[in-house]
Amino acid sequence: MAERSERDLRTVSTATNPDGDARPLSKSMATHSILRSAPARPAGKPEGFSVVGAALPRVDAYAKVTGEERFADDIFLPQMLFGKMLRSVVPHARLKRVDCTRALALPGVVAVATGADLPVRYGILPSSPDETVMAIDRVRYVGDPIATVVADDELTAEEALSLIDVEYEPLPAVMSIEEALREDLPQIHDNARRTNNVQKEVHLVFGEVDAGFAEADRIFEDEFFFDGNTHAPIEQHAVVAHFGADGKLTFWCSTQTPHYLHRIAAQVLELPGSHVRVIAPPIGGGFGGKTEPFAHELAAGYLARKTGRPVKICLTREEVFYAHRGRHPVKFKVKTGVKSDGTITACHLQSWLDGGAYASYGVATTYYTGALTTVTYKIPAYKFDGCRVYTNKPPCGPKRGHGTTQPRYALECQLDKIADALGLDAVEYRKRIAVDPYTTTVNGLRITSCGLRECLDAAASATGYTVKKGKLPRGRGIGVAASSYLCGAGLPIYWNPMPQSGAIVKVDRGGGVTVFCGTSDVGQGSNHMLAAIVAETLGVDVMDVRVCAGDTDLTPVDLGSYSSRVTFMAGNAAREAAVNVRQRIVAAAAQKLGILPERCALAARRVYDIDHPDDQLTFIEAAQAAEAAFGTIVGVGSYAPPKLAADYKGSGVGPSPAYSYSACVAEVDIDLETGEVTVEKLTVAHDVGRAINPAAVEGQIEGSAYMGLGEALMEEWPFRAGEHKIPNLLDYKTPTSLETPPIHAIIIETDDKEGPFGAKESGQGPLNPVIPAIANAVADALNARVYSTPITAEKILKAMDAAAGGVLRLRKPAPVAVAPV
Amino acid sequence: MQPICLYVNGEPRDVNVDPTSSLLSVLRDDLKLRGTKEGCGTGYCGACTVLVDGKAVNSCLYFAVDADRRALTTVEGLASRDGALHPVQSSFVEHSALQCGFCTPGMIVSAAAFLSENPDPTQEQTRAALAGNLCRCTGYQSIVAAVMAAARRLRDEGRAGEIPGRRAHIASRA
Repeated sequence: MAERSERDLRTVSTATNPDGDARPLSKSMATHSILRSAPARPAGKPEGFSVVGAALPRVDAYAKVTGEERFADDIFLPQMLFGKMLRSVVPHARLKRVDCTRALALPGVVAVATGADLPVRYGILPSSPDETVMAIDRVRYVGDPIATVVADDELTAEEALSLIDVEYEPLPAVMSIEEALREDLPQIHDNARRTNNVQKEVHLVFGEVDAGFAEADRIFEDEFFFDGNTHAPIEQHAVVAHFGADGKLTFWCSTQTPHYLHRIAAQVLELPGSHVRVIAPPIGGGFGGKTEPFAHELAAGYLARKTGRPVKICLTREEVFYAHRGRHPVKFKVKTGVKSDGTITACHLQSWLDGGAYASYGVATTYYTGALTTVTYKIPAYKFDGCRVYTNKPPCGPKRGHGTTQPRYALECQLDKIADALGLDAVEYRKRIAVDPYTTTVNGLRITSCGLRECLDAAASATGYTVKKGKLPRGRGIGVAASSYLCGAGLPIYWNPMPQSGAIVKVDRGGGVTVFCGTSDVGQGSNHMLAAIVAETLGVDVMDVRVCAGDTDLTPVDLGSYSSRVTFMAGNAAREAAVNVRQRIVAAAAQKLGILPERCALAARRVYDIDHPDDQLTFIEAAQAAEAAFGTIVGVGSYAPPKLAADYKGSGVGPSPAYSYSACVAEVDIDLETGEVTVEKLTVAHDVGRAINPAAVEGQIEGSAYMGLGEALMEEWPFRAGEHKIPNLLDYKTPTSLETPPIHAIIIETDDKEGPFGAKESGQGPLNPVIPAIANAVADALNARVYSTPITAEKILKAMDAAAGGVLRLRKPAPVAVAPV
Repeated sequence: MQPICLYVNGEPRDVNVDPTSSLLSVLRDDLKLRGTKEGCGTGYCGACTVLVDGKAVNSCLYFAVDADRRALTTVEGLASRDGALHPVQSSFVEHSALQCGFCTPGMIVSAAAFLSENPDPTQEQTRAALAGNLCRCTGYQSIVAAVMAAARRLRDEGRAGEIPGRRAHIASRA
């Protein structure tokens, strides 16, 4: 393995600080290989930036390596109670009786709540409110909350759970897509308009689909299954709720979406929004798994109010598997018509999503399995049929790549089959049919900057793809895939005409700058991103900026860390707020320096004449002059995406102010005896628009590649007799440092015109091509294909067997002769 | 309840514990050392890794009473008394070898212990040594690079084989 390029690791330098300020300036640590294309931005070339583009240590890195960082579970309040939830042990039943008398009598138990205490129905999407905090008359999966106990300590609360008497009247469980489509099984949610367990159907047609297929020289039809999997962040969900004597409720909660918890807590707990405050401390990983209000959070709020004491509830790892909201298992039928040169004439995609017991984001997920099909390659006619069903399993929701990861796997696998059948080079073919920048798709999605071809070129040339493809010895393979992703959902979850993100920047007389923004840093580095954008705009050091994030009382709204929206939207809001401050500082400094404001430049903690850099003020002097001239120096900014939705039902899912692009090349080595796959290397090129912090972008790409590897080869979502078979981190296999291969992250910059400093996203997009690239590499190695994830050794042996006409393997082993004793 | 004495980060700490309490819960709840994290409570993820007499253990599976009169090092005790970060810590900062930071304390403690046993590891040995510490964010790439760089720095500083942490009474074991 080629070790990560050696960096100059000095973090600080005082030598280059031109104003003699004793404080050190953070310094870029590394020379990153960044490929830039299509420089479209008129103002400010990257070389002119001092913070943006610098691979700096994250602003929160020191707190995280020393154990100083305080996550939700690290918060302890005086008099705090500890809560535990009783959860259903059956997959589907009527709840006849829940009796908490014996639990309440246990010394140390302070209060108990059940479903009847909190009857308000809610859901993250206003269109599908099908949850209550705890079950009222029905339990719908093993793990469905029934009651919550709070006690003086956690062990007592846990013991009390065993003293709650529950009487179930079991109902037949619906455990698969096929069962959910049947009409002879009970409905999980009563719906008089249907006779089965379908929750949502989507049928969309764009362009002349029949004519497109008629015009095709070849039509390819395939079926794929993408198994479900879960986020498994290392931090288990945790919440502390405190109901003050002033009648105000405060949550400290491991949530990616403090604003949505704020809204729904006020609704469910029937409190005015002005009396609910949600604080998102640093989050120990989310990946989409902490993107909506959870039962334990709302129960903690209720019990804090009921008892007048702070309540903490931390989920166990097993409960995290039940809380879930992870990747939907999805079955696909894909039909694609192509000309003999591979040009796509029409595509028909059908998806069936196994949604689990509640709606969650499922309506959006259903649309997402179809919406972005057209954003990667040119498709002139497109038909999409989606269907999400309820099953008696933990509810599914968004996981990194939300709903687009599964179809991208299916489409990219089929595309490789098309390339093979037509004798086309898989990379050149993809480049030829790639979407063009600044075009509109057949389903009305606006594409702006697009570095897809550059991504494919970079990943292919870094790996020698064209030389290796089809020429490696049997058992070794190379595969490619490409993809696109949102830079923020163009529409908010609940319809409103307000901005999606707001920011406030405040300058202190000591030269410190604070940025207030409702973002929740789940580890992706949004705090650093905000600090870097503000520091760049004001010409200060990134460590001069304090980030106050994720507090619904103190910070302007940001909708949350989902749909890869934060850099684009909160970044633009912070940029606007900082520009407002900058204008006042520049006006005051220009007057002091006796020059026109246009000649003022800000960098390295000074404001200077761009033509005579020695004519300068320190940032502190300039900020104080501005405060003297204009009063308190506070700037506000907000970001609302342009109106992008077309005028058809369902057009709200898919539009985004920009799309990121990615390509992955995977190299695999398969043991032909055992079927075991070793991924030798993953190379991912990602069009991030501009890397605000290349070290952080590389981290996102590497983490995405790793997570894709797990989904491709090992992560699965199996049930037996209604129960999750492996709700723990030992049996639920994720790649360790041993299974994770070297990952080569390549940053492509396309300088998006609407992104902050040209930035798009990197948190989710780079995951999408990884799974099909591995699948395509496996197909290259075997000359046979596995049509479902995860690609296990067993499936590989079966595929090899099928390719060989069923004669090679999986024969019954010959009986072993045992010598008589 | 049982009285025990833990030598935590070089300081003796007397504490009364339930004999069934894990070392993790005593560190976090009784001694308020909350840098050590629980990621699963069953010994699978490594987020709760601390050193007991210089050896890395999953503190969620370790009875506190078994740590009686032993020397413990948590993430809070890796930096020297003057606040200088342990080379593994500074290397994690410099290599951006962390994202959410929840696995980071356990990962760093594991890595520091590993380097005390193997001051000049190969990449493969490093990957094998860290396989008990799950990270869902980084893909391990930057972590392995950080640990390799920390190994070099420890050797360059003449600290190869040094047992990490502030030791009052086990220095001779090194």
